[in-house]
Amino acid sequence: MSKHTPEEKVKIARNPGRPGTADFIDALFTDFFEQRGDRQCREDGSILGGIARFHGRAVTVLGHRKGKNLEENLHCNFGMPGPEGYRKAQRLMRQAEKFSRPIITFVDTPGAYPGKEAEERGQGEAIAQCLALMSSLTVPVIAVITGEGGSGGALALAVANRVLMLEHAVYSVLSPEGFASILWKDASRSGEACSVMKLTAQDLRRGGIVQGVLKEPEGGAHTDWEAVFRTVDAALKKELAALSKLKGPALAQQRYQMFRAMGQNLSPAGREEP
Amino acid sequence: MNRFFTQRRDRLLTYQAMREGKITSTRRAPCPRCGEESSALDWSRSRQVCPRCGYHSPIGAYYRLSMILDPGSFQELEEKLEPADPLGFPGYAEKLSGLEEETGLRDAAVAAVGRVQEQKAVFVVLDSRFLMGSMGTVVGEKVARAAEYADRHKLPLVTFAASGGARMQEGIFSLMQMAKTAAVITRFQARGGLYVSCFTHPTTGGVTASFASLGDIMLAEPGALIGFAGPRVIEQTIGEKLPEGFQRAEYLLDHGFLDQIVPRDRWRAVLGQLLALHEREGWHL
Repeated sequence: MSKHTPEEKVKIARNPGRPGTADFIDALFTDFFEQRGDRQCREDGSILGGIARFHGRAVTVLGHRKGKNLEENLHCNFGMPGPEGYRKAQRLMRQAEKFSRPIITFVDTPGAYPGKEAEERGQGEAIAQCLALMSSLTVPVIAVITGEGGSGGALALAVANRVLMLEHAVYSVLSPEGFASILWKDASRSGEACSVMKLTAQDLRRGGIVQGVLKEPEGGAHTDWEAVFRTVDAALKKELAALSKLKGPALAQQRYQMFRAMGQNLSPAGREEP
Repeated sequence: MNRFFTQRRDRLLTYQAMREGKITSTRRAPCPRCGEESSALDWSRSRQVCPRCGYHSPIGAYYRLSMILDPGSFQELEEKLEPADPLGFPGYAEKLSGLEEETGLRDAAVAAVGRVQEQKAVFVVLDSRFLMGSMGTVVGEKVARAAEYADRHKLPLVTFAASGGARMQEGIFSLMQMAKTAAVITRFQARGGLYVSCFTHPTTGGVTASFASLGDIMLAEPGALIGFAGPRVIEQTIGEKLPEGFQRAEYLLDHGFLDQIVPRDRWRAVLGQLLALHEREGWHL
């Protein structure tokens, strides 16, 4: 399906010319009403979200935002949320649950921000609560990994009924640089890390981590936004229609079982009861 | 339960605990924090807490269980779970078998059912000697199965975290354990289950950002480092030194993320009290 090496894909996935969450919202949704703030202490620009219509239907849409120029990058902290961002996400998702709106998320982050204030305000707790909340929602949840799916900061918006991935997007336990520096104490071996990490959409589809791979135009998503929008729109429409046939508890159960099964078949021994 | 088996299990636990606690050794060992030397006997008498400065040094999973559980009540769960190598990561299989030989553990977690002051509960204890207690598929699966066991048998769940985070060598499958453990624990709690999460030194990354932060009750050992990002990564990111005590249990307590800090010799009493306070009809303690 792809002639790019994993290392090249990481470069394409990080290309600042790729459409981001704001672009997908502009192109695929109407009546977008942005919701800001975590109602506790701060508005975190690295998560963009609100209510909008998708083909006429009210949905909650949210995702990581990196920004397109330096000013925006700084406002969005380069797409690295702090706990306030994850708490805003939780607030939006709780409302979606209350008003029975499907949730669509766009995932594109190097990871959650490793900063002093982020730790002070409970980065780990905020991500954990996102995972807990998403695992039990009774509305349809679809996640699209559009660029970089970095670590727990990405997973926090990706506990979905369907996880879709653009063809050249990547999704991994940590950035290849971080991976190389932890395992080999040498961040410059990130190229080597890319090839062992199985972080491409194709590898992840085979591993059962994502449920669909969305084709990108030749060269990558940055070369033809309209083509990407058409593909993502069609995929979201199809998945949403399929998920909408399920009732709330069945949606929660399907999502639960999908994540419950992850890595289960890798553990050879069966259950035991003493 | 047959007395023979009870005694045999206790002998196994004592054997593992001795191995981990180095109870038999007579050499003197310096404290990694204050540098003061104490005899191995003093270290073991104080349960591997520095007799001079109170530093709570990391301990093995069986050793921890042996000092918390009522004698004869330990029954290991899911002990046969073995790690897989889903990425075919170079050198990982050898590393695993080397660690098994060295520690007697198959992976970084021990799950068990046991009693504390007569009250039954399910335990998962991470062991930092095994790849920094990192969470791969076995740790995730043990936490999940322990929570499911607790749910089926209407028992409380207690975890002791000690982890560097997600296990790099198992890649994305490790990341998914965060979602899996969070999902199973959330369901267990929604059905009325009591979950007590105890942080020990050090716990960071994917374990902090999943099951360990979801306790109904959140506890930690004194001085435990608890965070999402590790201090070195933060210092590199922000370009400044972190203040003394940053990300320590006391700091988290001040910032509202813990209920209490529990010194090592108080775990039995505190857990016993908590389990007793949650005694309810339909739930077996």
